[in-house]
Amino acid sequence: MEASKYLKDIQDIKEMMSKSTQFISLSGLSGVLAGIYALLGAVYVNFLINSHQYTYITLESKTFKLILLTAFIVLILSVGTAYLLTVKKAKKLGEHVWNPASKRVLINFAIPLITGGIFSILLIRQGHYGLIAPITLLFYGLACLNASKYTLRDVRYLGITQIILGLIAVEFSGYGLWFWVLGFGIAHILYGSIMYYKYDRK
Amino acid sequence: MKNIIQNINKAFDHRIRLGIMSVLMVNESADFSTLKELLGVTDGNLASHAKALESEAYIVVEKQFIGRKPNTSYIATKEGKKAFQDHINALEKLISNT
Repeated sequence: MEASKYLKDIQDIKEMMSKSTQFISLSGLSGVLAGIYALLGAVYVNFLINSHQYTYITLESKTFKLILLTAFIVLILSVGTAYLLTVKKAKKLGEHVWNPASKRVLINFAIPLITGGIFSILLIRQGHYGLIAPITLLFYGLACLNASKYTLRDVRYLGITQIILGLIAVEFSGYGLWFWVLGFGIAHILYGSIMYYKYDRK
Repeated sequence: MKNIIQNINKAFDHRIRLGIMSVLMVNESADFSTLKELLGVTDGNLASHAKALESEAYIVVEKQFIGRKPNTSYIATKEGKKAFQDHINALEKLISNT
């Protein structure tokens, strides 16, 4: 009888330790949706590139601006969806969305991501367009890896996948869009579904 | 067996005190409202159990103002961490012995 009380104590300790350091309300479904937005965006960007009359897409061209706009809309939609679904899941689990653990996730995610964002802008200014796709994948992967310490484990594997894709993409500089499709589209849908089936579907 | 029982620390023999220490083992500090939410306890309950741990010098209390709001946060002391680690080890031994 005593032993079972001690076992319960150990379980309580473990639960408190992980609950106080990890944000578990991250929604898997939002990953799937982000992946779908990315695929739709890629289809549109592909259409833009194919219908462009000239061989080169310059920074001043309408096509480039539309591509940028598409990327921006995909980003806003993904972040918005992730936020709304996470709030919903947190309510269901009785977890506060804005707690020390979620703040840690956000800060640790933001630092590599913003670094990568600034780095990409600097690269565009220097004219290294071919490196944009690998760099965004690499830094996004590092951001996931960094944030994964404070949230669901699967985010770590998503991060590692993005990093590998990013490194491969360096060697195939003409195929940036397809690596984005794989990384931001397919990988999100894959890991989002895994997370959805593991944690959300209850 | 007797030796192991000796290491079971009475100060941690309560769900709330156990919870407070668990949180403080893995976080640099935790404020009152965070602890309250994590443990699902009332203000008075948390305050009295925190006081008990404080009197054992296992945790220290830091009071400060964030803007105009008073904010109480708790930090585990070195002795507290050591005592809690010993307690966990004793629990593990007890379980594996049965």
